[in-house]
Parts: sequence; structure tokens; C-alpha cells
Amino acid sequence: MSVEGGSAPLSVQDLTIGLRRPGGRSVAIVEDVSFDVDPGQRLGIVGESGSGKSLTLRAVAGLLPRGVEVLSGRVEFGGRDLLTMPAKDRRALMGPEIAMIFQEPMTALNPVMRVGDQIAEGPRRHLGLSAKEARELAVSMMARTGIPDPARRAKAYPHELSGGLRQRIMIAMAVSCGPRLLLCDEPTTALDVTVQLQVLKLLEKLCDDTGASLVFVTHDLAVVNQTCSELAVMYAGHIVEAGGVKDTFRQPRHPYTRALLESAPDFDHPERELIPIPGFAPNVADRPSGCPFAPRCGYVRDHCTEAVPPLEEVIPGRLAACFESDRLVEVLA
Amino acid sequence: MTTAVVRASRAMRRPARSRALRPWYRNGILVAGIVIVGLLVLVAVFAPLLSPYDPITQDLNHTLEAPGAHHWLGTDKYGRDVLTRLLYGARIDLRVGFLAVLIPFVVGSVLGALAGYFGGWFDAIVMRIVDVFFAFPFYVLVIVLVFVLGAGESSIYLAIAAVSWVSYAKIMRGELLVAKKQDWVVAARLGGMSHARVLMRHIGPNVLSQALIYAMSDIVMDIMAIVTLGYLGLGIAPPTPEWGSMILDGQEFITTQWAQATIPGLAVVLTSLGLSFLGDGLSDLLTPERRR
Amino acid sequence: MSEILDAPATDTAMVRVSALTKSYGGGASWLSRLGKGGPSTLKALDGVDLDLRPGEILALVGESGSGKSTLAKILVGSTTPTSGDVSYRGASAPSHRDRETSRRVQMVFQDPYSSLNPRLTVGRMLAELLLLHRIVPRREVRAESIRLLNLVGLEEEVLGAYPSQFSGGQRQRLAIARAIAVRPDVLIADEPVSALDVSVQATILELFTSLRAELGLSILFIAHNLAVVQHLSDRVAVMYLGRIVEVADTREIFARPRHPYTRALIDSIPRMREASVNDAFELDGEPPSPYHVPAGCRFHPRCALAGDACRATDPPLLQVGPAHLSACLKADELAAIPLPDPAQELP
Repeated sequence: MSVEGGSAPLSVQDLTIGLRRPGGRSVAIVEDVSFDVDPGQRLGIVGESGSGKSLTLRAVAGLLPRGVEVLSGRVEFGGRDLLTMPAKDRRALMGPEIAMIFQEPMTALNPVMRVGDQIAEGPRRHLGLSAKEARELAVSMMARTGIPDPARRAKAYPHELSGGLRQRIMIAMAVSCGPRLLLCDEPTTALDVTVQLQVLKLLEKLCDDTGASLVFVTHDLAVVNQTCSELAVMYAGHIVEAGGVKDTFRQPRHPYTRALLESAPDFDHPERELIPIPGFAPNVADRPSGCPFAPRCGYVRDHCTEAVPPLEEVIPGRLAACFESDRLVEVLA
Repeated sequence: MTTAVVRASRAMRRPARSRALRPWYRNGILVAGIVIVGLLVLVAVFAPLLSPYDPITQDLNHTLEAPGAHHWLGTDKYGRDVLTRLLYGARIDLRVGFLAVLIPFVVGSVLGALAGYFGGWFDAIVMRIVDVFFAFPFYVLVIVLVFVLGAGESSIYLAIAAVSWVSYAKIMRGELLVAKKQDWVVAARLGGMSHARVLMRHIGPNVLSQALIYAMSDIVMDIMAIVTLGYLGLGIAPPTPEWGSMILDGQEFITTQWAQATIPGLAVVLTSLGLSFLGDGLSDLLTPERRR
Repeated sequence: MSEILDAPATDTAMVRVSALTKSYGGGASWLSRLGKGGPSTLKALDGVDLDLRPGEILALVGESGSGKSTLAKILVGSTTPTSGDVSYRGASAPSHRDRETSRRVQMVFQDPYSSLNPRLTVGRMLAELLLLHRIVPRREVRAESIRLLNLVGLEEEVLGAYPSQFSGGQRQRLAIARAIAVRPDVLIADEPVSALDVSVQATILELFTSLRAELGLSILFIAHNLAVVQHLSDRVAVMYLGRIVEVADTREIFARPRHPYTRALIDSIPRMREASVNDAFELDGEPPSPYHVPAGCRFHPRCALAGDACRATDPPLLQVGPAHLSACLKADELAAIPLPDPAQELP
């Protein structure tokens, strides 16, 4: 993840998402989030429920839930701001340029349409293929996503397929027009572990083959390690740490990242004690002044509650929003 | 056995924006409903004190008088004070409305709850009967039943009860089908509680609100039915003041004495409005966030 | 606790199930049978043998459709098996449970948001159970409730609160307090942490460990996250398509898996530090439908080691090492294929 960059397919700058209340007051749920994703780069955004990771992704895709809106900031794709362009132009980008994969494919697929036709719909509209060509493309996309017997399965309805197959259909649909950016919102959370591995490998392979960039939102640290090269950790609507996945996991420089890693069981280090994070994440409506993690932080000092620490480069290639970052130098086992 | 090793934070999480804990008097719709319905009930109860006239005694010297100082809303074709009959009418219509809801509410809810909870053959039988009743339009069935049973208050109760219990049965069955699969119901059973206890003490309070809210709109329906029956001449026997028969009586003078039919009509509208508000308000109050 | 000590010596298991089967849907509607023909019976459990020892945490792992939850339901008595036997401390459990038998086996559910009655305060929820089972006299109910809350890491002040006032992790603590209120011998925990944030998971896992130590509970912990299982449990049982295919001590099973399915599960775990893993045991395809259990070894269509014998014989669960059972004809062959050493991949 580069901090500056004009050629990045996706560049999010100072994105603030929230609820606008009558009377002009607004409540920010996600605040001042900035990141760039270079071509072919794979960024994982991790955080717990309520951290704002999914909202950030949905803001990029233009799929914010009702009542939630972008309050300020820019989301640039190929140099154009998605937020200010006409809705029609933005819709035209969704599919051929930007595609999204959801957690639960059953709710994202049309239940009364054959899956082959659903995959073919995008290429017909965006690539100008004939019905027959689009159907053939759909079958070949299904074969590429590892669906056995794709020609027969193309005639199936979503409910006739297993969860893993439905997720592959979603992926086939998403990549059918050759997008340059894939957005994934917990795409494997609902899947069994053996199927999860297959789907993660598939995503990896598709991105390698097409050079597409990937933004992958998940709560599972291990899945990020498996899938992505770059990492952004979100807490209470802010990015608190960002850098390479392996570096960051080995030596986190923000207390929250560190606490998160210490609380999660690690299969390769079963003897390590799990350390829970005390307390709760703050309610967005009354964030504490200063660092949002300060009330739960083991490294907290007086000045942490006085000002919000900015997200700054602490070592080359690593950003952290912590005044005490220099004290976190220990390498995790 | 001392204390646990793990100690969670002491603080309870405050629910974000709790509608559930808002006091009832801050709920505008509910207050409006209570005020309107409350006033109507007061009027019905104190009708003899509010009016110097008798609602039935005829005064053929003063028929069809226009509203004036003595008769604020005028008199009808038998010289009876319209306002007085309106006030006494509230007694009949509200009483029949509430009472007519009571039987189907109890019977329908219990049958529906048992059908939904236990399923099987009992459910099959109850739901077939429900389907049969549902196949007929409400009014057609009520009118036919009253016609068969003969006009009068008890026939109205019976007819409405026979027809409208099916709605409560359907509502409660649906609620129970959802509720019985909830983990907390399974947990109550695992706690060794009997079916009866689980139904009454655990599921009941969680699902009854839906039927109760429906009952509010059902009272409106029933009052309309009574009014309709009265209008068709199948309702409460004539000299008794009742809004439906007042509309029927007033209708022939609609061009000269428009108030005769319109005022009882407005009373029906006001009652419906009050009960609708009450139902909406109750649904806000009784169904706080059902999951979180 | 003392009750455990005087368990009958004839059977050392707290709970034992043998040859347990559960089929669903023999009675599918005539219309659907008319439409499709073919078998419409779902074999959720197909001959399960398992024992839960006093005071242990036994993890039950397997993918969706493997029958884990069905087994849990049978153990708590909320559904009855089609055939087979469930016994508690050597005595066969009646198919219809009375208050006393149902008290002994309690359950903690996956979703803490649907497992608490939204209209009962914490105090009333606990009091009802304590009085119903006469755990303590009425005047001691409050003190006992507070003791239970302290045991799960909550304070007295939550007695008057409703479930909606708690976070997911706290609700799970309340659900655990409710389960232990009736002083059960056995706790069935069905994915109790998978709906919780990772920072909260750790506290609940620790709670299970401490309760086992303090109350001597036997815990059956159903999970799909093997990293969690490895952290918490003493023994692991792996289920595949309605059958237990491998059982061993936790350390043993993860170091020396003797069933290719267990091996594939281990190799599928996303790793926190090192990149994974051995591609040889990446599974193709998905678990077959329990409506159509394959003939022979039920795992053979997805198995890298499957041979002709595997297609013909349904292997029984046999001893393959000390306290290690596996239902695989090639268990020895598998043992010769080393697990990847994660340490090699460290930079």
C-alpha cells in the first residue's frame, strides 16, 4: 500500500462515512480513512464488528446502507472520483471495472434465475456479447472457478447448489467482465474450512492471472495472512495500523494490533496463552477524546487521552496511529 | 469453588439509542390513542350526567330541529336529542366492540398458539378449519350468521367471535412457529420446564403483543361491523341508541339535516382513529428491538 | 465435585453413545416423493460411537452436514435417536427425559443473541431455574444467583438487567451461568465462540477452562475452528458424514493425524504467521450430501490415498495407537507422510 500514488486503480482519501442527523449535526462512523491499492496489490482490511471495515468497502462499491452516507473525502478509481461522477457513469464501472463478492452468496444471487444466465448477464451488457457467446463465456468462467461439470451446473438455480459452489458462482460473476478491482466482504466466513482454502486459493489465482487488485475485508487474521500482502487494521472507524501483513504480524507497532494478535489462537503456537482485550470498543456516538483505543490500552499514557494520534510512518513501510509506538518493539513469538 | 479466573469488565453496555426504555408517556402516538379512547370511554360511562335528555323518549313536538341552544346537535325524526343518542350510542358500540374482540382473542390465540407449538395433527385440524373460515369474506359471514341467529347483541358477539378468531389463530401460530425454534425456548425446555410453563411464562409474554396489537384494529373492524349491521337493520334493536342505526335514520334527511347522519359517522371515524393510534403506540411499546 | 467421585466403576465414561443413528425425512410428503423418486432419507448420524470422560473437554469437529449438531441435540434430549443407545454413567438414558435427567446435561448455544429470553431479567431467569430444581431454598436464591454470576465473571448489579443491555460476550457468559445454575454434570457447547469477536473469544474459552477446573464439568465442545479446539480441548473427535472417523488426544491428533480427512482439515487451517501448507491434502470438491452417503469408505471420493479396497469396504473405527482411534484402511500409510514443518518456512 503506497501512501501517495496517482496511478493506483483505487485511491481512497480522507473518507468519512456517517449518519447525517437533522439539524446539520452528523455522526461519523468511519473517519479520515485513506489508502491506495496499486495494480495487482492485495489489501486486507481487518477489524472487529463495528470497526467500520465493511462500511469502508461498501462506500467504495457505492452500496452504503440506507441512511449512511459519505460525509467527506474522495474515492478515486483510475484517477476519477467515484463520489462526484454521475450515478450512471458509476454504475457503468460496476462489473467491468469494479466487482464485489459478498459473504452470503444466497442473498446476492437472484433465486429465480439460472446461475449461468446470471453470470452471462454482465458480459452481455458490458462487453456487448451475443446471448450465445455470453453463455459460453459463463460456462468457461465457471470452469475457471473450479466448478465441476459447468455446462450442467449453469442450468441450476442457486438453491440447488452448495454454499461453496454458490460462492464460486459469485466469484465467476464478479470476474466475468475482467474487473481491475475486486472487493470482497468476508467471502469465506460462511464456508467450511476445507472449502474456504479452495476459495481463497481461487481468488489468489484469479488475481494473479488477470492482474486485478483485491480489497479483502475480514475479521480473521489468519485468512488475511493467507490471502493478502498488505494490511490495514481498523478500530472504531479509524485505520490504526497499516503495512505489510507478515511484517505487521511479526512486530505490530500499534497496541490494538498487538492485542488482537495476542487474543487469537494460533495453530502453530498452541502453547501461547490467549490474552483477551479488556472492555469494549467505544460507541461511535461518544468516542473518547484522544486515542479511541486508550481506555483499553496497556501502553496508555496521559497524553493519549488528550489528542488523537495521527497515522504516521513509524518505520519504513509501516504506518501506526500511536504516540507510544516506539515502545512496541518486541517481536511476537 | 471461589471466583472465576476471568473477570469481565464491570460495565454493562448501554444499548445504543434504546427505544425500549423510553417512558410510555414520551410516545406521542400512544398518548394520542390513550387520550382519544379514554375520552370516549368517559363519555360513554358518564352519558347520563352529560345530557339532561333521555335517549329513547320521543318528543313529537320537536322533531327534526336544527342545532340550537336546547339541542346542540338538533333532534331526530322522533324528536330525540341527537347529542344524547350519540353519547349513549358510545356505550353500546364501545361495549360491543370490546366484548366482541374478547372471545375470539382468547380462543383464537390459544388455539393458534397450541397449533404452532405442538404442530402435528392438532395443527393440521385447526388450520383446515381456519382455511374454511378464511375462504368467506368477513362481512358476508357475519351478516349471514346474524341473520340466522336473529338480530340482537348476543348474536353479534357470537357471529363476530365465530368469524374473527381465525385471524388470532393465524397470527399466534406464525409467532409460535418462529418462537419455538429460538434457542432460549430450547434452553427453557432443557432447564426441565414443562410445555405449559414454557408456553405461558416464556413464549407467551414474547408473542402476545402481536395479537394484542391486532386486537386494537380488530375492535375498529367490529365497531364497523356493528354499525354496518345496524345500518342493514340487523344490529341492535331500534329504540336503543346506536351509531349505525343513527346513520341509517339520518340518511333520509341528508339534504336538509346533514348532521343527523354525518355526526355519528364522525364518531365512528374518531373511535377508529383513537384505537389505531393505541394499536400503533402499543406496538412501539411492546415490541422493542426483538433481537438485540 | 463429589458426585463424580462416586460414579459407578463399571463404566468410566460420563456419557457414552453407541451405534447411534438418526435419519430424517422418511416421511417426506407424498408430493415430493411423486416428483423426484429416489431416496429422500437424510442420514444425519450413521453409527456414532463416542464417550465423554468425567472432567474432560472433548472437542467435536467436522464440516457442516457432518452431524455434529444432531449429536448434540440427542445428547441433551431435545431429539430422539432412530436407533442406538445413550448412557449416562453407565445407565441407559430414557428417551423421554424427566426434570432430573434433563438437568444433568445442559447446553450453551452458538448465537448469544437468540439464546436468552428477551423479556426475562437475569435475576428472574436464574431464580426460576434455581427454584424449579430446588437447588437452594428460596431465601438463598439471590445469593446463589450472585455466586453464579461471579463464577462467569459478572457482577451482582446485572441481576435486574435485560439481555438487550449486554454485549455478545456478556450474553454468552449469562447463557453459561444459566447452564451451570442447575448443577449439571455435562455441558454441551455448540460453537459457543464462533459468533463472537476474536478479542472476546479468548475470555469465553478461558471461562470454559476455569469452570471445568472449579466445577468438574465434562464439556463437549463443538467447533469448526481447529485453532480454538487445539487451544482448549483435551481430546478431539472428528466427524465426517454422520460418523466419527478419528478420535485421539489433542496433541496426538494434531501431531500424528491418522485419518486423511483430519489431515486435510489440519492442512486447510489458515495460518497466522507462516504461509501454508501441504497441497497434497487440499481437498477437492465439497462434502457429499448426507442424502447420498458414498459406498465403501464415506471419504473415498475426496481422498488422495483412496484405493480399490476403500471403495469396497466401510472401515470401522479401530485402535491405531495408544488412545488413538481411526476409521481408515490406510492409517499406517498416512502416518508415513510427514506433516509440513511450519518452522521451515520462517524467514
